[in-house]
Amino acid sequence: MILKPQLEDLKHIGYYLGKLIIGLGFVMFVPFILGLSLKEFKPAFDFLIGAQITLLCGLILTWACYTERDLNWMQGMVTVALAWLAAMALSAIPLYWSGHYKSFLDACFETMSSFTTTGLTLAQDIDHFSYAHNLWRHLVSFMGGQGITVVALALFVKGGSGGFKMYAGEGRDEKILPNIIGTARFIWLISIVYLILGTSALGITGLMIGLKPFNAFFHGACIFMAGYDTAGFAPQSQSVLYYHSFLFEVITIIIMVLGAINFNLHYQLWKGNRREIWKNIETRTLLMSVMLTFFIVAAGLHKLGVYQNALIMLRKGFFQLMSGHTGTGYMTIYARQFIEEWGDLALAGLIIAMALGGCACSTAGGIKMMRIGIIFKAFKEDLKRVVLPESAIVVEKFHHIRAIFIDDKHVRAASLITISYITLYIIGALVGVWCGYPFLDSLFESTSAAANVGFSCGITDTGMPVILKLTYIIQMWAGRLEFMSVFALIGFIVAAIKGKR
Amino acid sequence: MLKELRRLIAEKMYRCGRVMQVISIFCFSFSLFTFAYGQTVTSTELINNAKLYDGKTVSYSGEVIGDVMVRKEYAWVNINDGKNAIGIWMPKGLADNISYTGSYNANGDYVEISGIFRRSCIEHGGDLDIHASSLTKIRSGSSLHYSLSVKTLNFSFYLSCVILLLCLLRILHLKKFNIK
Repeated sequence: MILKPQLEDLKHIGYYLGKLIIGLGFVMFVPFILGLSLKEFKPAFDFLIGAQITLLCGLILTWACYTERDLNWMQGMVTVALAWLAAMALSAIPLYWSGHYKSFLDACFETMSSFTTTGLTLAQDIDHFSYAHNLWRHLVSFMGGQGITVVALALFVKGGSGGFKMYAGEGRDEKILPNIIGTARFIWLISIVYLILGTSALGITGLMIGLKPFNAFFHGACIFMAGYDTAGFAPQSQSVLYYHSFLFEVITIIIMVLGAINFNLHYQLWKGNRREIWKNIETRTLLMSVMLTFFIVAAGLHKLGVYQNALIMLRKGFFQLMSGHTGTGYMTIYARQFIEEWGDLALAGLIIAMALGGCACSTAGGIKMMRIGIIFKAFKEDLKRVVLPESAIVVEKFHHIRAIFIDDKHVRAASLITISYITLYIIGALVGVWCGYPFLDSLFESTSAAANVGFSCGITDTGMPVILKLTYIIQMWAGRLEFMSVFALIGFIVAAIKGKR
Repeated sequence: MLKELRRLIAEKMYRCGRVMQVISIFCFSFSLFTFAYGQTVTSTELINNAKLYDGKTVSYSGEVIGDVMVRKEYAWVNINDGKNAIGIWMPKGLADNISYTGSYNANGDYVEISGIFRRSCIEHGGDLDIHASSLTKIRSGSSLHYSLSVKTLNFSFYLSCVILLLCLLRILHLKKFNIK
């Protein structure tokens, strides 16, 4: 029997949702201050009003739904799912007022793409964006990559089991430190340290390649935020191709890989446990997967003779592959070149890389290396059972911080999420086909949206059907939250309609 | 009568032939001209038919955007024709003619460049680019100024008042019921 949610449930959800929204409101003051300092008064006021509306919504919710009790699992999951939708709509307000979006839905698409670190864009005339609006696009991806809840946990929400339920609702179930607040703060600490290092490296490179000093560091910060958080936004319409620099591309690849690595692994490295990187199931699987998918991409490019020599093929092919595999979506070629030049085999390699994604508990999207590794190990275990004598005891284990024996629970969880992702990729592709696009193009774009990558073969455009825009928004949202929160929200709505008192 | 008709037909055919000759000469001259001075193409045409244009001299026009990135004796200039921006590699002397580049504060110079298009330039790591040999400024750029409307300021002021009022009410409520 399904029970109808009580008023108390709604109050809990509303209260914590309000807190998360207040956090978002405060962050909007960052582009406001930048706009004022650069005399971009109109954009600055877009953010001031956006912040005011956001704070107002948050304050009303927290006061109307005031509670001192902690969240339960269902409430935590629903709060997170709703928080991402609310954050999408509220963050879209200043972007919509910039005049660079044809509709509010387009602005919402942009913020959902940014929060989920996807990188698909419907912005018009990016090359004339104000610094404040451009910073917001990248800052939102920086928040989204770490997790909206992680932002709030580190700053605004009191500790307790409710915090962990919201943290887990964002598709992360690994605690790095025993305390969830400590975990959130560590994630921010590591991100801020990398932000300083990455911005400096890109900024200095920017100066060397001829960017103006302010632009060099502004672009450096933006590219770092969207690269480390595997979002793939860039301050210019040409993405990384704008810079025409090999060194810039190499640094960007390093940043993308750092973003795609598990925060727990970062913590081990910070503690000096360097051996973990070679033993960890995720890094091993990532290495194997990169090699395999690059082989497919290289074979496809070589077969069609797309690039004149191996060095160029390595530079172009490897960059797009790493960008796709880490779920970033930075490009050094044009979107249509994927379809017009790369050919089906290279495209298939790239789609597989995008679908697999980065590591768990990182800023990357996709199925994740942990699940692929576990499924592969389980497959190996079953094969051994068939080959070895019946009396043999077969066990498989994997290493992630410590050695863990694989049991059915691990395999079931990994398989369920993998199947959910594959279903999501296919649903998006079918909607694309229904809207009149070729299957391979649709599958490419759908996988890119659902795995939070951000590559486009040209389908994502202001002119695409509204149904496809909504499909991609849902795909990005469900893919980033790894389904559980979305399923919880659906369950909550069903219970509210059909449940018994 | 029949002879007259034949003569007329022959005369008409001769004239037609002359017209065709003139058209052919015109077409041939035009194609030579475009081959020598480049075809004016859009970024979409270049990207979608990159193999067709590879190694050919093309003319491409658009707004200069972003920074002019000087690299020793050359410079990278990105030119956006409204659909896409393409990187143009040109001698530094040509880039010196650019006075405005497109950004939030300015409309960049609208220029036409002529040069060799490369689908995957060996010199530049496989980038799709144009190596320009000439640059013509069609329209000079200009600074952009934006004004803040009174409506916006008023709206922001009213919102601030509402937030302050709500905060005040909340504080009074907390004090009244002695809630921490």
